[in-house]
Amino acid sequence: MPEFTKPDLEYFELLPLFIVFGAACVGVLVEAFLPRESRRLPQVLVTLLGLVGALVATVWVAADIVVHDDGAARGVVGAEGSVVVDGPSLYLWGLILVFGILGTGLFAERRLEGGLSAFAGQAAALPGTEAERQASAKGLDHTEVYPLLLFAIGGMLLFPASGDLLTMFVALEVLSLPLYLLCGLARRRRLLSQEAALKYFLLGAFSSGFFLYGAALVYGYAGTVSLAGIDQAVRAGTADHGLLLAGIALLAVGLLFKVGAAPFQAWTPDVYQGAPTAVTAFMSAATKAAAFGAVLRLFYVAFDAERWSWQPMLAVVAVITMLLGGALAIVQTDVKRMLAYSAVAHTGFLLTGVIGAQGAGDLAEGQYSSLEGVLFYLTTYGFASVGAFALVTLVRDAGGEATGFGAWTGLGKRSPVVAGVFAFFLLSMAGIPLTAGFVGKWAVFTSAMSAGFWPVVLVAIASSIIAVYFYIRHIQLMFFTAPEPDGTAAVSEASLLTVGTVAVCLAATVVLGVVPGPVLTLVERAGDFIR
Amino acid sequence: MLSTLILLPLVGAVVVALAPKSLSKLLGAGIAAATLVVGVVAAFSYDLDKGMQLEETYTWIEAFGVHYALGLDGLGLLMVLLTVALVPLVLAAEWFTADDPEGGGARAFVAWTLALEGLSLAVFCATDVFLFYVVFEATLIPAYFLVGGFGRAGRGAAATKFLMFQLAGGLVLLASVIGLYVVSAEQGEPSYLLSDLAALDISTDAGRWLFIGFFVAFAVKAPLFPVHTWLADTTEKATPGTSVLLVCVLDKIGTFGMLRFCLGIFPEASEWATPVVITLALISIVYGALVAIGQDDVLRLIGLTSLSHFGFIVLGIFAMSSQGGTGAILYMVNHGIGTAALFLVAGYVYHRRGTTLISEMGGIEKATPVLAGLFLVAGLATLGLPGLSPFVSEFLVLLSAFDYAWYVGAIAVTGIVLAAMYVLWMYQRTFTGPTPAAVEGTADVDAREIGAVAPLMLALVLFGFYPAPLLDVANPFTESLLAHVGVEDEAPDVPPSDETHAETEGDH
Repeated sequence: MPEFTKPDLEYFELLPLFIVFGAACVGVLVEAFLPRESRRLPQVLVTLLGLVGALVATVWVAADIVVHDDGAARGVVGAEGSVVVDGPSLYLWGLILVFGILGTGLFAERRLEGGLSAFAGQAAALPGTEAERQASAKGLDHTEVYPLLLFAIGGMLLFPASGDLLTMFVALEVLSLPLYLLCGLARRRRLLSQEAALKYFLLGAFSSGFFLYGAALVYGYAGTVSLAGIDQAVRAGTADHGLLLAGIALLAVGLLFKVGAAPFQAWTPDVYQGAPTAVTAFMSAATKAAAFGAVLRLFYVAFDAERWSWQPMLAVVAVITMLLGGALAIVQTDVKRMLAYSAVAHTGFLLTGVIGAQGAGDLAEGQYSSLEGVLFYLTTYGFASVGAFALVTLVRDAGGEATGFGAWTGLGKRSPVVAGVFAFFLLSMAGIPLTAGFVGKWAVFTSAMSAGFWPVVLVAIASSIIAVYFYIRHIQLMFFTAPEPDGTAAVSEASLLTVGTVAVCLAATVVLGVVPGPVLTLVERAGDFIR
Repeated sequence: MLSTLILLPLVGAVVVALAPKSLSKLLGAGIAAATLVVGVVAAFSYDLDKGMQLEETYTWIEAFGVHYALGLDGLGLLMVLLTVALVPLVLAAEWFTADDPEGGGARAFVAWTLALEGLSLAVFCATDVFLFYVVFEATLIPAYFLVGGFGRAGRGAAATKFLMFQLAGGLVLLASVIGLYVVSAEQGEPSYLLSDLAALDISTDAGRWLFIGFFVAFAVKAPLFPVHTWLADTTEKATPGTSVLLVCVLDKIGTFGMLRFCLGIFPEASEWATPVVITLALISIVYGALVAIGQDDVLRLIGLTSLSHFGFIVLGIFAMSSQGGTGAILYMVNHGIGTAALFLVAGYVYHRRGTTLISEMGGIEKATPVLAGLFLVAGLATLGLPGLSPFVSEFLVLLSAFDYAWYVGAIAVTGIVLAAMYVLWMYQRTFTGPTPAAVEGTADVDAREIGAVAPLMLALVLFGFYPAPLLDVANPFTESLLAHVGVEDEAPDVPPSDETHAETEGDH
């Protein structure tokens, strides 16, 4: 029996992870020891401190990392090879933490519900029962959402930084399980919320199974689960090629489910609609960033030498996803569902960027890589998405958030600022120039075109046209349609938390659209993955 | 200089949006006038023989090879002057109608108009394809809110149709813009500067595909048959002032783009596409005129006449001769002036009669003789009466059409005959006839209304008799463009500009 050696941890580089998970544990302790009434403020503070601390640590680490030994990328391989802290990881960490901070702001909002949070008073009380009414009358609040949020963020940080398939799987579960719970905690329309959570959980568990099976097959092929080891095995071209292909396909199923790509997108509209909107806002941006980070790392690092077999597969998936998302968004009559299908379409656009992978030698000097394009797109889409969902929380009628299209008619006349900002986010998602979305779209389409996937780009252009239609239609609804007589929604006064979140997203969307240079330089400096 | 020209109206739009409502119109008029002054100053510092000038180049997005690069050549200068001149007139003409309680309010109208002005100016000055694309698309947003927010019932749907067509065209263009990046990156450091792109060695196939993307977008914009269907709906529902901005300024971007980008970057592909493009142009000329004859809505009718006119412009551009090129550029200016006058005067009629239906008008001539006179002059300009400026350009374009092939010229000439029909018949039905009792006592045009169209009328007459200033600006541009394309005129007997002089002066 081999002697036990103590694992050697890079405490400094892994600091952001430690801070987030540490804060989450503190949150659990707060939940255990503080009386119910006085938990909220400490929880919010712990969460914010943890996230801001982790963000500072991320920046610190990013400023400090040096070129890895092979010279192509900067960073370190930490935790005995299971966590890779390189440029793309750090960029995504920063991004996810920013979305986390914005999400915390939305979670903590209490003015919209008359002094209560958007989460169920007592999740265990059956909807419509006396227990629920009592919980509501007593003004109970689930403050567990904050530690759950932190655990989810922790998983998201680990996911794109994993150095082997097992860590990736663990991260996947750590990020998913809290999200399943959070989705089921809506204060209003609880049955819808619980249904969403159950659906998300069942399908998510199923897709995790696919991922594990894929990991097993790839292990069978390569004899290792570490991504770098798989890369070497693939380059060496061991026998049993079929095993590898099946493994890639199954791993892809697991990841494509998380990003909501067709044909695994079915959960997206239900979950986005049923979940509390604050959760949807956070989830739509951060999960996408984390999951695409993992997709990129898996395909670019482990299966780089096998590009010719996964690029066509992802190209087909991208085409279906874009068209399906765009077409189904047109027939929606609910804002949250429309945004959900638009998220599906954006997944397709992101995949268009992913397939634009090229060898380092194929790129011209000064040309940016597909990795950079996708990272930038995640940034632009995330801010627009958080902002749009945050605004959805403001538009309310007597029954809470009013998400039906009818309630939004004529909003531009009643609240020009809210409608205007929402229209701006929609225009950014539609990719109109001078908004962030345009630069992002341009970046991913160019990568795919450079790699020779011009048919996919043409489809992407076509689906952009489809997407433009439903965004514009909603703008027409808000500004140029007479208000429906049977009840329209009004904009509720929100506290600084929501207003601040929207303001940050708006500023980011404007700045990234007009002067994307600094952020693009940041993305460029992030460099390549460590292989 | 050019940055000031662009930023002034843009910043002005923000100021108007933030300032109190009572000040909106005054502020707007002041900013539009100031922009006009800057435009005129730019024109005076412009040197006729120097090609691209007043250039400003800064790196904007380094990773994409994108520059904030502005410059002005003959074509750009004429378009800039047209834009800065039309916007104050539109504001003056819509002074009271902008307050319409049904609409979005004067503040919104003025702010969006200024934003549209600034972005359009940026389009005409951009010398970087990426920058051009950005502002090209961005102009649509103010235009969308102008169409959707002001005008008649059904404008919301019209605005959406307008925007969908334009954005669809724009996205097709995006594909080509991306393709240019790829081509540019393959040949060294990627750059979007027009000067770098014109020097690129684009393979025949790639050039043709990219050309198609550019051309489709500009054809939607211009508009050209068969992607013109948004035009009539939009002009029908929008206010006349908005229509002026759309048809006389924004649509010029289409033909402007064909000259600058299609011919400038893809000379080979442009020549290759000539037969198809000229066919489309001829269809637009005849079809637009025929459909215009059948219209009962005066604003719709004017919109459709523009389809015919844009057909002429495109015909001139793709006839690939110096008369054609210069004629097309002149046509763009003259069409802007003439159609703007027609739209604005038609707007005056609409506000007096409360209807745009030609069949319900008639007989207003006696009550408002000055209005009738203005309408007639604008109409005659549209049909190309010698002595008014559109004649000169129409003549040049026809000359080039006959040069290209006799049957092309023959078909194009029918457009002129049809133009006489739709204009005169429209005038007859709108103004002449017995005066109905309801119309008696209708006030004639007041000083403000005359003031808004008088400069246009003056320009129509001035450039009709003396087009030399326009020709002097347009000719060097056409020459260098055709030299770039590699086309030479077939030994003209007389230099084109002298020939026009003789024609024009012989006619009055």
